[in-house]
Parts: sequence; structure tokens; C-alpha cells
Amino acid sequence: MKRTLPRLSALIPYAWLLVFFALPFLLVLRLSLSDSALAIPPYTPRIDWGGGIDGVRAFIDALDFDTYKALVGDSLYFNAYISSLRFALEGTVLALLVGYPMAYGMARCKPGTRSLLLMAVILPFWTSFLIRVYAWVGILKPQGLLNAGLGLLGLPDADLLYTPAAVQIGLVYSYLPFMVLPLYAALEKQDHTLLEAAADLGSPPWKSFWQVTFPLSIPGVIAGCLLCFIPMVGEFVIPDLLGGPGSLMIGRSIWMEFFANRDWPFASAVAIVLLITLVVPIVLYQRQQVKALEAGR
Amino acid sequence: MSAAKGRPAKAAGKRLNIGAVRSSFAPWNDPAAVPLVRFEGVSKRFGDHTAVNDVSLDIYPGEFFALLGPSGCGKTTLMRMLAGFETPDAGRITLGGEDLAGIPPHRRPVNMMFQSYALFPHLSVEQNVAFGLKQEGMPKAEIAARVVEMLDLVKLKPFARRKPDQLSGGQKQRVALARAIARKPKMLLLDEPLGALDKKLREETQFELMDLQVELGMTFLIVTHDQEEAMVMADRIALMREGEIAQIGRPEEVYETPANRYVAEFLGDVNLFEAKVSAIEHPMARLAAAEATDGFYVLDDDCPPAGSAVSLAVRPEKMRISLDPPPAGTHNVLTGEIWDIGYTGDWTNYIVELPGERLIRVARANASRFVDRPIGWDDKVWVTFDADAGVVLEQ
Repeated sequence: MKRTLPRLSALIPYAWLLVFFALPFLLVLRLSLSDSALAIPPYTPRIDWGGGIDGVRAFIDALDFDTYKALVGDSLYFNAYISSLRFALEGTVLALLVGYPMAYGMARCKPGTRSLLLMAVILPFWTSFLIRVYAWVGILKPQGLLNAGLGLLGLPDADLLYTPAAVQIGLVYSYLPFMVLPLYAALEKQDHTLLEAAADLGSPPWKSFWQVTFPLSIPGVIAGCLLCFIPMVGEFVIPDLLGGPGSLMIGRSIWMEFFANRDWPFASAVAIVLLITLVVPIVLYQRQQVKALEAGR
Repeated sequence: MSAAKGRPAKAAGKRLNIGAVRSSFAPWNDPAAVPLVRFEGVSKRFGDHTAVNDVSLDIYPGEFFALLGPSGCGKTTLMRMLAGFETPDAGRITLGGEDLAGIPPHRRPVNMMFQSYALFPHLSVEQNVAFGLKQEGMPKAEIAARVVEMLDLVKLKPFARRKPDQLSGGQKQRVALARAIARKPKMLLLDEPLGALDKKLREETQFELMDLQVELGMTFLIVTHDQEEAMVMADRIALMREGEIAQIGRPEEVYETPANRYVAEFLGDVNLFEAKVSAIEHPMARLAAAEATDGFYVLDDDCPPAGSAVSLAVRPEKMRISLDPPPAGTHNVLTGEIWDIGYTGDWTNYIVELPGERLIRVARANASRFVDRPIGWDDKVWVTFDADAGVVLEQ
């Protein structure tokens, strides 16, 4: 009895993955292989449980790859994927450029100040993500805070709202903590003596950064980049609220197919392709994690 | 301990006789000698704690100098000021005549071997050793040759491609050493270099470091809390206490003629007898002490005039212990009972209880394997020492 309990607890993560990842994935996969229909729910075929084995067989026969064929044939979706990947890539690079100095500064503070700053990084999570993105509408709109500030400085107005730049700002702002936290974790545990050793061996401080600090923080850089890149690709709320017609992102396409067109099978196919696109960086990330674990041993 | 200094160096084909080199090496006694490093009235405070207080110290080229003291005595701070990691609040440090003030660590011609070794974990052994050479902009071929030379020197050639994680503690220590001497610095600073090694390896490495220092002709400054380490390796020792220097001298000087009670007690074991000078009969002095009914009869070197309160310091190994009374007329006789016996193999330490519950320590080398009449617990014993065995210290 005593030994079955720990064993059962080991099953919990698997059960979690099964219920909240594998099952929904299979449902979406099944949907993507169906055809759109004017019905409730809006797709066929459905399994005829009364027909027994034959019913299931008929159901499987009716599944096809029509949606995927349509997807490949439509350049709109291809462009949306490319555009999403570009937004995510640029956003990730910008987040890294902004987040690294932040994390570096935090890691070099006194422990007391450090926890205060760490708190400040986490604090935005206490408000709804949606509200925080909405706040950017207020900042970026023509009569918003940004232009008021620019006006005070005697600078010309910047018309940013509903442009790709607004989406980029929103992405970097929203995902910055996911970049800063792993970077901070990697930088904070670095041994300060290594920098002294580098200086002792003739390396000026700026060179020590590139020779010692940065190479040792690479696991944090990779973790931060993946934590930003993966959700950025599928981001829906930010392009929807801050982006104009020019900011095509795949998350928005999925939403439109589901809710505007009510074409559930097609939306599912778009989602499945997105998932496959993202599996590559996820696998890379996991491999890197395993490597880091082995190196730590 | 001084026997170690006579050990010949076995360095790549040639044999150096350290003993011959060392016995005549005493630049600190030569008024014409120019020191390599001078600390002049150096002080350093951290908040309201004075880590180093008005320290003046000269280290000569080719010297193996040890800063010895308990933790918190300021020895590491003193070394870190020389490396440039701390700035003195007062005083001046010069290296080869040049004032080091304002020169950042990366431009100082000294290298340090860190206590934690501070090896770069992302670089291989050879990359670690090459790090300092790369900073100088040395040509690649030259760097490669120097790295091979250094790895040869510390016998780590087969491990050149390994990462620090894949090395044992002793190997890491060698990499740190090779990295620190690769740039051929004017001076090598060693911060507790052997602290993380086990006893056997520590002893071996002590001798290797001494050989290396003679072979390279480099000046070494070592910081250690381990008196044996300092005694074995150093030409001179500065014993520090609470940010100040208690005594500087050759190992045998600080051990045999300690300047004060602190030095006498820090280095090895010592029996201290509170006494009063009763008479000076040059070259001898008579001391009155509670432990000795007839008083002590010792050399009057550095002895203050009659009537002064002094401490007589006698090291345990300079006392003799016997189950039989000494012949009549013997000076410096104490009687007591064996209170405890500590057998360490090479030595036996006897704790003897004198009248008045006073405990002293007597050490005897176990020169023979079997003893006819071993001294046992509660035995009545006579402890004697020669007139020149003790040091009279002013209080």
C-alpha cells in the first residue's frame, strides 16, 4: 500500500497530459479530417455508435484530407504562417535585447533589491493580460499617452495603433517576463569569481562579458527565446487588439475560421499545421534541457 | 621541517639543489636588495571593520612568501589589494617600483590562483590555460606551444580536451596553476591553493609548488591558514592578527623565537608559564614561577630587567619526560602526574598535571618501536628542559 501511492502519483503528470493535451489534440485532429456542414455541430461525419464496428468503419472511411489540400492551395494561410513566424522571431529578438540588460542588472543588484525587482517583473501577471494589452490601445492611439508625450517634447505625432509596429510592441511587452526570468536565473547563479579570474588574466570588463558571462548564460537565452517564440507564433489577442489589416497572424486566422466562418474542420487543420510548425522548436528546447541536466551532473 | 628545503627538484631532466639555492637566499638582510613588492602603510576598512591596519611589508624577487593567519585576519584582503580586486583606503602598494594605485586588475602583471580555482566551466582545460595568453594578443601558434608547455609542466596533457567538470579536485588545482603561470607573471598569488585537497595530495603538491617556484624563478605569495603549509613552503612568513602583522621571519625564526604570545600560541603547541624575573646572571636569568619550586633557569636573551613580569614559552617537543627523577642539581624540573596520553604514531603527546591542576603538554618522538617501561596514565613523572629550550616573552 505504501509503495503504490508514490507510483500512482507518478501517473498524475501523464494523466494530466492525456486529459488536457492528448485528448484535445485527437479531437482537433479528428475535426481537421472532417468536412464542414450546415448542422449542429457544423461538421460531418459523426460516429454512428448504434452501427457497431460497421458504423466506426463508415466513419473512418468518410475522413479525408480535403481541408489540408485547401490549406496548401490557399496562399493566404501560407502568408499568415510566414508572417506569424516573422512577428514571433522579431519579437523574440527584441525581447532578448530588452530583457538581457534587465536580467543582467537584476542579477548584479544586492539580494534585497533583487527580490524587489523580481517582484516588479512578476507584478504585471496580477492584472489580466487582456486589460494590459487594452492599455496599450490607450497609449498608442492618435490622442493617446505616447503622442501627448511626444507633443510635450515638441516631436511630431507617431501613428502606431493598428500597425505591425504596435503588434510588435505588444508582443515584446507581454512576453518580456518570460524572457527575463530564465535569463535572470542563468545569470544570478554565475560565480562572480569567474569574472575576477578573467580580469586577473588580462580581460577588461566588456571583454569578460562576451568571454565568460554571455557564454555561460546561453541555456537561459535558449529557454527565454523558446518561452517567448512558441506562444508568440500563435498569439491572437495582441494582433486582434493592436494590429490592423496588415498584421496577419495565424492565431487570428484560426479564430476567424472557427467563429466567423464556422468552418471548424478548416480551422482545426490550420491549428494542426501550426502545432507541427512549433513541435520543432519544442523538441529542440527539450533536447537542450536534457543536455543542461546532464552537464549539471 | 627545514629538511624539506634540502630536497632536490626533479624538473625535466635537470636537478636543482634547492638547499644550496636556499641557504644563501636572504635578500631581506641585504640593504642593497630592491624589493619586488612593497606594501607601505596599507589599510583597508569594510564598513566599520578594519580588515587591514597600517601594514608595511617588502617581498623580494624570487621569494616564496607566506601570509599566515586565522580566517578574518586580513591576509586575503592584503593579497586581493595586490591583485587589484580591492582598493586600499590608505597607503601605497608598489610592484617593481611602480605604484599600483588606479591600475585595474586586468593590467597588473600578477596572476592569481583562486581558492575555488575559478576555472571557466564552458572552456576545456587547454582553453582555460590559453585564456590569459589570448588576452595579450599572442599569435595562435605561440599560444598553442605555451599551452602544451604548461600542461606538460603540470602533467595534464592527456586531459587537454576535458571540461573542468570532468576533472578531479587535484587536476582542477593543476589547471588553475597552469592557467595562472601561463602568462609568466612577475608574481604568482596563491589563495589557499591546497585547501581543497586531501592530506596526502596536499603534501605532494607542497613540494611540487616549491620545485616549480625555483624552476620558474618566479616570486610566489601564498595566503594560508595552515601553518604547516606555510612552514614547509615559504622562505619567509608574515603571521597576521586582526589586520596587523604580528611577526615576519623565516619559518624557524617565527617558530623558535616568537615575538610575542600570539605568535608562540598560533604556531604549533606551546606551554606558557607566567613568571617574574628574579635575577639576571648574564648569560643566564632566573625566573620565579608558581609551577617550579626552584624557579626557572634560562638564557637571558631579550630578557627584561629583574622584577619584570614575563611568560616563559616552552614547546612540548623541547621538554623531556621521565619516570625517574633527574640527577640532583638539574635546572628546570617539574613534577606531575600523567593526565592524558595522545598517541599519533610518530609522536606521543603526554598531558601532565602539575600541582595546582596546571596542565602542560610534553611531546616525545617514538624513536624505538618497543619501550621497556612505557609511561601510563596516573604515573608520576619528571619533566625537564634545557636552559635554551624556552623563550622569555615580555607581557
